[in-house]
Amino acid sequence: MKQKKQETQSVTLSEYTNIQLTALVLLRMLIGWHLLYEGISKVINPYWTSAGYLSESKWIFSGLFTSIVANPTALKIVDFLNEWGLIAIGIGLIAGLFTRTATIAGIVLLCLYYVANPPFLGYQYSMPTEGSYLIVNKTLIEAAALFVLAFFPTGRMIGLDVFLFRKSGKIESD
Amino acid sequence: MSQENKANSEDKAKKGGIKRRDLLKGLAALPVFGVFIYKFVEKRSLEKEKKQAILEELKELSIPEKFPEASTVTVKPTTAKPTELIRFGIIGNGGRGESILRSAGIAHPDWIEERKKAAAENKMDTGLQDWLNQEDLNIVLTGVCDVFDVRAERGLAAAKNEIRPGEASGSLPGAKRYRHYQDLLASPDIDAVIIATPDHWHSQMVIDAAKAGKHVYCEKCMTRTEDEAHQLYDAVKNSSIKFQLGHQNRQQESHIKAKQLIEKEILGKITLVEVTTNRNSPNGAWYYDIHEKGSPETIDWEQFQGPAPHKVPFSLERFFRWRCWFDYGTGLSGDLLSHEYDAINQILDLGIPKSAVSSGGIYFFTKNWIGNKEYKVTEVRDVPDVFNVVFEYPDRELTLVYSATLASNQDRGKVFMGHDASMQVGGDLEVYADWESTRFKEKIEKGVIDTSLPLFTYQRGSKGFDAVTSASEKYFASRGLMYTYREGRRVDITYLHVKDWLDAIRNGGEPLCNVEQGFQEAITCHMATQSYMLGRKVEWDPVARKIV
Repeated sequence: MKQKKQETQSVTLSEYTNIQLTALVLLRMLIGWHLLYEGISKVINPYWTSAGYLSESKWIFSGLFTSIVANPTALKIVDFLNEWGLIAIGIGLIAGLFTRTATIAGIVLLCLYYVANPPFLGYQYSMPTEGSYLIVNKTLIEAAALFVLAFFPTGRMIGLDVFLFRKSGKIESD
Repeated sequence: MSQENKANSEDKAKKGGIKRRDLLKGLAALPVFGVFIYKFVEKRSLEKEKKQAILEELKELSIPEKFPEASTVTVKPTTAKPTELIRFGIIGNGGRGESILRSAGIAHPDWIEERKKAAAENKMDTGLQDWLNQEDLNIVLTGVCDVFDVRAERGLAAAKNEIRPGEASGSLPGAKRYRHYQDLLASPDIDAVIIATPDHWHSQMVIDAAKAGKHVYCEKCMTRTEDEAHQLYDAVKNSSIKFQLGHQNRQQESHIKAKQLIEKEILGKITLVEVTTNRNSPNGAWYYDIHEKGSPETIDWEQFQGPAPHKVPFSLERFFRWRCWFDYGTGLSGDLLSHEYDAINQILDLGIPKSAVSSGGIYFFTKNWIGNKEYKVTEVRDVPDVFNVVFEYPDRELTLVYSATLASNQDRGKVFMGHDASMQVGGDLEVYADWESTRFKEKIEKGVIDTSLPLFTYQRGSKGFDAVTSASEKYFASRGLMYTYREGRRVDITYLHVKDWLDAIRNGGEPLCNVEQGFQEAITCHMATQSYMLGRKVEWDPVARKIV
């Protein structure tokens, strides 16, 4: 690995072993796949809206979220950002394109989902969940997984960022 | 990741292979996208194929893929803005009276303030905005008659309230208070009246209004007794007035869709229809608040009693909670069965049943309820709080069952039990195929129809959200008595019903719930009540037009 580090021309500098890199890229692509399909399935469903989810919201942002539902324009914007945000993040994670931005955006979005409907003691929701949760749910875990990826980046090793950052690397070295 | 390994080994082998290695690393995601797109397209086409197959089968059953909007079915075309001003009066400005006025666009200033406050507290409460967005019906309230001073005053205040739907119409003339309804009917300043008094006054008032040539919107139950139903029917028939009975659920979109589905014979032979009332609060059982200003000085007790069969000394309880006594009201039968029956009559066009058997009793609000401090109860009611009726329609080969309690909220819908499918109707609608259906047998075997999934559903404004708050509001909304949807927008159902009446006055034609339907409803309800009173089965003699 040290030997690799000395290669100045290459941006695929890595301290990961192959299996580590494989595991991290696999995780990145799986989350990307999930978010991309979540986004696409919302876009192709003409009846989809975040209104139900937001109107049920509890905890600290409940006031903000319900006021979004009450305002048709705000709801439209939120729905649009949500649908296309998911798609953009999904593509970013799979392709390794602007991976860092996509990872952070993904964390923010997933955290918003989490704080809107957190599975806290005493909170009840009319929409059934597909599992059993106490404080921790799959949304939180997915956000935490992205948190890991934010600090173990792989986009510049496997992904379109290889090209983007090689270019800039060249300019810097020039 | 195999590309990565490959790239690494190639890298070691060939120093000049950096470009190729980077290319592979950069485009590692390409096959992933390939698989994603391939699988996505495959999934889509599979879903499309299945949907197509179901649609093909449904076409065979002549189920339309898309139902026409209710507005094109029921609301008669009108000119964009009604030009002819209609001046009307209200007789009985109590809870229901005030709410009809409000639906028509005339609200007490207190209500506006309450709604503003509610909207500030809960941003999803769009009640006031919905109301202000209503079409201006071009009406003015010019006369108010109520035997309780407070309510009469409230009517006068509402008449002058300039916050109304539509454009600001400038200063309003306001209304005059009439001490006696006869004076209101005699006034040349009034074209039409809303009658929202207790039931025992309905028939006399409608008859007098018909004589005076005033159009009538009358609350249900249309009359208190069978005889009155005949008298009212004759009076309206012999006049030229437009009569609308207050069954606002005639405007319910889900009912209109239910009718279409039954006409397409989706359900097969229907042998049983079940309707219910499920309430669980003293308010729902008509123990309304006694107004603090109610007294012999502020209430014209003699005029209130009027045609009531038993005259009793002044009673605040009887005045404010008249629905609890048969002297003034018609109990569960005329008050709530009437709505359920009217919905079924609208959907199935049943008419008057051949027979009725009722039973029930006062099982919750018994004499133990006397002395209740919160509700200040001193006299036990005589209308039952549990009430069940079985109506027979041998000609139609079906039974209509009504079952009601005022002491449990368990929601039970309106259910149409058909041999091929059953349908549940409220504000929404769901049809499930029967797993032993003859008609769907093949389709069920082939797996085209899944009996665990609805064959057809209709959901109110799938993108809109209801901010229905109080328990009784929730009850009315769940029974389809509060709102409906026109082109995806939530609309107050009573507004539509008043508009339907005004359209008939302006443009001719019959209102949706005219005296014919009203007569059927009144007789059906009276059959149920009489059976309960007599403790036996009663029948309708269609020749003598009499309950026997």
